Amino acid sequence: MNSEQTISDDQVNLEDIEIRLLLEAIYQRYGYDFRGYSQASMRRRVLHRLSMSGLPSVLRMTEHVLRDRQFFVTLLNDLTINVTEMYRDPEFYRAFRNEVVPILKTFPFIKIWHAGCATGEEIYSMAILLEEEQLYERAMIYATDIDKNVLTAAKKGIYSIHAFKQYADNYRRAGGRHSLSDYTTARYDSVIMDQRLKRNIVFADHDLATDQVFGEMHVILCRNVLIYFDRQLQGRVIQLFSESLDMGGFLCLGTKESLRFSGNEEAFEVVNKPLRIFRKTQLHRT
Amino acid sequence: MRSGAMVTRMEAVVMGASWGGLNAYSRILTSLPAHFPAAVLLVQHQNASADNRLAWLLRRYCRLPVISPRDKEPIRAGHVYVAPPGYHMLVDRDRTVALSMSRPVHFSRPSIDELFFSAGHIYGGNVIGVVLTGANEDGAEGLDYIRRRGGMTLAQSPASSEAPAMPEAAIAKGAVRETLDLERIGPYLAGALP
Repeated sequence: MNSEQTISDDQVNLEDIEIRLLLEAIYQRYGYDFRGYSQASMRRRVLHRLSMSGLPSVLRMTEHVLRDRQFFVTLLNDLTINVTEMYRDPEFYRAFRNEVVPILKTFPFIKIWHAGCATGEEIYSMAILLEEEQLYERAMIYATDIDKNVLTAAKKGIYSIHAFKQYADNYRRAGGRHSLSDYTTARYDSVIMDQRLKRNIVFADHDLATDQVFGEMHVILCRNVLIYFDRQLQGRVIQLFSESLDMGGFLCLGTKESLRFSGNEEAFEVVNKPLRIFRKTQLHRT
Repeated sequence: MRSGAMVTRMEAVVMGASWGGLNAYSRILTSLPAHFPAAVLLVQHQNASADNRLAWLLRRYCRLPVISPRDKEPIRAGHVYVAPPGYHMLVDRDRTVALSMSRPVHFSRPSIDELFFSAGHIYGGNVIGVVLTGANEDGAEGLDYIRRRGGMTLAQSPASSEAPAMPEAAIAKGAVRETLDLERIGPYLAGALP
């Protein structure tokens, strides 16, 4: 049996307090607000950075964060999760094409907000889909993320060629009408998205935890972002989405995300349950 | 020392497996009674895919409801939660499931360590951690954390494991309070939580 000493509830509580102080310090010093994030996953990521740093405690790490911007940037990279791929969950894009696009075709102009766009792979996926449906000319995609560094990458639209085979496969499964390589140029180990695809995309930094309504959207995509928030912040953000959407506007969440636990369920009706496509209720019944 | 860990009421059983896991889980879950008084959370290493086939398969062997949880799903006694492929499954403070797509641990997402660390954090001494058959070292550190938090820790005996590396790693780490053959784990859990 290992002789290392036990870890008491008291020690664990102390660590939790130190993590809360760290998040408060980050907010006050740099303006990034992680205070409403899911404690369980925040804790894991903070402790991961702590063990990599060799520092003795979260409290000591907080000192470094306050004084050393470079150290903060490293930590920020751990705290924001930027996992994405082109046509992630291809069946979602297929459903979007079949169930949402026909309705969008009846609109004269389409405003789409992609909240938490990370490095942009899913933005270009949507731009291509709209192009193929002859909708892109009248569409505007607002691509936002909390992290300015990933937005820079999203604007560039240059991706590793190693992932591209998977992306091309996703594209086909998503119902793509051509070949994904029709929209890209290969150069060395990179694949560059066509400049033309960027013509109706606006990139902006936006923090769902603190920033305000993004008005009169017809579609909001926010997939696998809410899982990092606690229930209270999830509720706030769903409310924000509801206020940002036009009547009958669509909300698309990640496949494991739910409206049920954040208490705004009645503001939306279900379009596709397994793929988490919802629609803002058009009329309030009395 | 062994029974010293069994203090108050157990809130949860957390289990992790990789190679050979389906067989191990089906054997264990078959032994659990319909009124099992703790929540069961389990991780099986598998490739990311849209559906949680494991949850569907395990329903046939289990009297308890088997759930592929959504994010923020409340964790309830007498229910089995199977980590969805492609997500880490954690326990949050308000006894809900927190899903995450943070980096794979031991090349795995879901990772056993991620579940075990969060379970050790939240449940303290009121959890039983079980490392089952598997071919890498995921789970050893997390199981040791559960032990140091005062929880009960079990490993499937390497001899009864299709792939012994995972329980061996947990045993070598000093994380394991009791090693049991596969056929004894289910009855042990049923008996430990009368």
